[in-house]
Amino acid sequence: MSLLKEPDLGTPAKPGPATVSVEVDGLPVTVPEGTSVMRAAALSGIDIPKLCATDSLEAFGSCRLCLVEIDGRRGTPASCTTPVAEGMKVSTQTPKLEKLRQGVMELYISDHPLDCLTCSANGDCELQDMSGAVGLRQVRYGYEGANHLDEKTDSSNPYFDFEASKCIACSRCVRACGEVQGTFALTIEGRGFGSKVSAGGTDFMSSECVSCGACVQACPTATLQEKSVVQLGMPSRSVITTCAYCGVGCSFKAELRGAELVRMVPYKDGGANEGHSCVKGRFAFGYATHPDRVLTPMIREKITDEWRPVDWDTVISFTANKLREIQARYGVGAIGGITSSRTTNEEVYVVQKMIRAAFGNNNVDTCARVCHSPTGYGLKQTFGTSAGTQDFRSVAKSDVIMVIGANPTDGHPVFASRMKRRLREGAKLIVIDPRRIDLVRSPHVQAQHHLQLAPGTNVAVVNAMAHVVLTEGLVDRSFVDERCEDFDGWAEFIARPENSPEAVEELTGVPAEEVRAAARLFATGGNGAIYYGLGVTEHSQGSTMVMGMANLAMATGNIGREGVGINPLRGQNNVQGSCDMGSFPHELPGYRHVSDDVVRGVFENMWGSTLMAEPGLRIPNMFDAAIEGSFRALYVQGEDIAQSDPNIKHVHAALKALELVVVQDLFLNETAKFAHVFLPGTSFLEKDGTFTNAERRINRVRPVMPPKTGKHEWQIVAEIAQAMGYPMRYDDPSEIMDEIAALTPTFAGVSFEKLDKLGSVQWPCNENAPEGTPIMHMDGFVRGKGRFVQTPFVPTRERSTRKYPLILTTGRILSQYNVGAQTRRTGNVAWHSEDVLEIHPHDAEVRGINDGDEVTLASRVGATSLRAVLADRMPVGVVYTTFHHPVTGANVVTTENSDWATNCPEYKVTAVQVGLKNSTAPAQAGQVETMLPAMVD
Amino acid sequence: MSPQVRMANDIAVQFQHQAPDVAAAAIAEHIRAFWDPRMRAELMRRVESEPGTLDPLALAAARLLAG
Repeated sequence: MSLLKEPDLGTPAKPGPATVSVEVDGLPVTVPEGTSVMRAAALSGIDIPKLCATDSLEAFGSCRLCLVEIDGRRGTPASCTTPVAEGMKVSTQTPKLEKLRQGVMELYISDHPLDCLTCSANGDCELQDMSGAVGLRQVRYGYEGANHLDEKTDSSNPYFDFEASKCIACSRCVRACGEVQGTFALTIEGRGFGSKVSAGGTDFMSSECVSCGACVQACPTATLQEKSVVQLGMPSRSVITTCAYCGVGCSFKAELRGAELVRMVPYKDGGANEGHSCVKGRFAFGYATHPDRVLTPMIREKITDEWRPVDWDTVISFTANKLREIQARYGVGAIGGITSSRTTNEEVYVVQKMIRAAFGNNNVDTCARVCHSPTGYGLKQTFGTSAGTQDFRSVAKSDVIMVIGANPTDGHPVFASRMKRRLREGAKLIVIDPRRIDLVRSPHVQAQHHLQLAPGTNVAVVNAMAHVVLTEGLVDRSFVDERCEDFDGWAEFIARPENSPEAVEELTGVPAEEVRAAARLFATGGNGAIYYGLGVTEHSQGSTMVMGMANLAMATGNIGREGVGINPLRGQNNVQGSCDMGSFPHELPGYRHVSDDVVRGVFENMWGSTLMAEPGLRIPNMFDAAIEGSFRALYVQGEDIAQSDPNIKHVHAALKALELVVVQDLFLNETAKFAHVFLPGTSFLEKDGTFTNAERRINRVRPVMPPKTGKHEWQIVAEIAQAMGYPMRYDDPSEIMDEIAALTPTFAGVSFEKLDKLGSVQWPCNENAPEGTPIMHMDGFVRGKGRFVQTPFVPTRERSTRKYPLILTTGRILSQYNVGAQTRRTGNVAWHSEDVLEIHPHDAEVRGINDGDEVTLASRVGATSLRAVLADRMPVGVVYTTFHHPVTGANVVTTENSDWATNCPEYKVTAVQVGLKNSTAPAQAGQVETMLPAMVD
Repeated sequence: MSPQVRMANDIAVQFQHQAPDVAAAAIAEHIRAFWDPRMRAELMRRVESEPGTLDPLALAAARLLAG
């Protein structure tokens, strides 16, 4: 399509029915109450000149360009700040208005460089457009007076410039930073003519700016401009697609000039992001064309051999023959594969189909194993389906928001902006996290309660909150009686004294009164919503905690309407989708167990293959079986298990033990070091398919460019399956989605055609909900009644000891993503060029560690070294690092402990010691007492 | 300790609040639903060779699986 310019109606939409009728230049229009005159005019097809107004921001009324005349009213009010009134008659073009607007524009232009022909925004500049719109023909004031034309350009940000000489001080950037992003990094410095935009008195890179791009998006001139536009020129066409970073799943316009991608611009009609973005989705796409990408298939007999580039036919037959040979020697179950949460639903689907139908076993697992598998288990047990309950918009109706084990401002920044907006409006916030994450206190946001618990004690805390709800008579009995089952047994369990806040205080480190206050707030504060992340799931009791949160939500009646619910913040872009597509070894697409004869029969008929009725191996089981000898070949689609999975030494041993490792990826990642076959993959810019985000929203991923490798990933998989003797052929990815829809009741109504028509849909999408289901469990739970499950707290076996007195917890930061394979190959390294160890100043001091020192980090399974950063947001006794850089190898130290129900690794609790590198400090520091008594043996 | 024994014990401890027969049945059901047959077979071998390493509830569950 040509360049898509979305209409800008000037001010945001107002909710409610259209009930107020007005006339604009004689044209009738009916709009919701509270709508601005400017928006009403735009809806009737009349664009009123404007500069400071844009429909992503509340009206500001500063530019004085949007003046109108209204019958019966004096003066010339600003149309952006004037709400409509019934019967109002508005004139937008009169000689008086024309003169006023020209006068305003004269003032703007007198202090603006007239370099339009060479300006990067030429053709995309609202100041330029407005000069034409108001009929400006002269500037009486000249250009020689006081002006800002000599202001320096700030080029410190890797992705955009701030050309201050072109600034018209409309404040759109400042307001976007506050209203849309919620960071408040920008301000207007000075007064009157001396007013200018400032990043807090410093340059952008040194400021609080998080580089989300909202200011660039809002700027009406070239003042804030993408460097790529400056370098390459204005794009000329757009393709609407979906970001491939986190589970928010933002919609973007990929804007190109010829075949070259110039920029990614957040799409206002995107259901997940509604025009907002973060530093990754907006700017960090350069990895897709990075020279490190491998575009040719490669094979080798031994991992010590050099790679040998081959053509597609050779690699496909080599792979298929090896897989069949291994099965012939070791049995059908000796091979398996791992699907990726970074690939499309269609690509995931064909991999699991290849494994089940061509390999003939259920040895398929997905990287969701190591992040949100407990979500799948816990929510299925309690609610009946393995997904979050709400859409993202729902948070705007929440009164109490509880964030548990998640750091949305870093991990899910676009959703965090929605959340912060609601918090600024007055919603209350409870944070349950060992770290003082940014949400606890940030501009205009202050958590009412921060339950700073000891790592590993989530279940004790959520049980204690439920204990308070029950014993203080705060249960929503009508909801429970009508909608739930097994309440009485749970109530007897949760009321036991050992679950009281006082009983667990010593264990959790959270003052009992704080737990009680938080529980009361959640139960009585209106709509209560729970948002959680890997700080919940990546524990040995991850599944128990998910069920504990579900119990709390049911007990307080916080399920089944807007503003409430249980909401997993999924890590990668298609975690939800990869799970939906049948990537787990015990479940076919749609979360149906492989032992179900009826369901299996449906698949067998469609696939023309007999399927196994027994579960296959999970990822950790594959590693164990590889070392034990019964598992001999692994197909890895888009996941770097040699870096991301816990206890790397064990993972490497397993990979080394395999006779065949097939890696399908963009780069020769850490896992590829153990591979015999490398299948070059496609970036999201080349993919054609769908991603499903954390709110179950199925979004189209449209190809911005053809596959650089010459083949789509689903084609490669289908060809391997065929070479193994199993017929699998599709001519187009829409055929794969049609097959998914035919086999999966929750996807029955999904098709590319519908997605193209509606933009996106949230499953279930079927006969009962042809346009999807934003909120689940509204009239009843998927399983019928919501089920209360007793959730005893069982401490992890990982304990801090004299030798390993600290607890390590791991996570991610804003600018980097997962193992960093993508973001490390972009300008984002400017913010995070290495993984560091955050340590409380007290823990550092007793070990003789200063800020910036190189330290060793050791656990019972391994050791690594990295740089220490002193951070009082860490509690004493807890250290934190990320795993974005392979050189650090944070997972060298994480252990084999895992969630009891799903084997999701316990990344969040590892007993460690920290000491200065090349010193004896660790042993000495081992004498220091931790302040986490619950975790000490 | 073998991975299968470790995992079975991890599951067992989660059900220890229930009556022993109910817990054993639930543990067995969980293992049946989520474990690959070779893992179950390995657990059975461990039950024979080193029953002492198994939590009593896990042991009871394994016997249900065997039956």
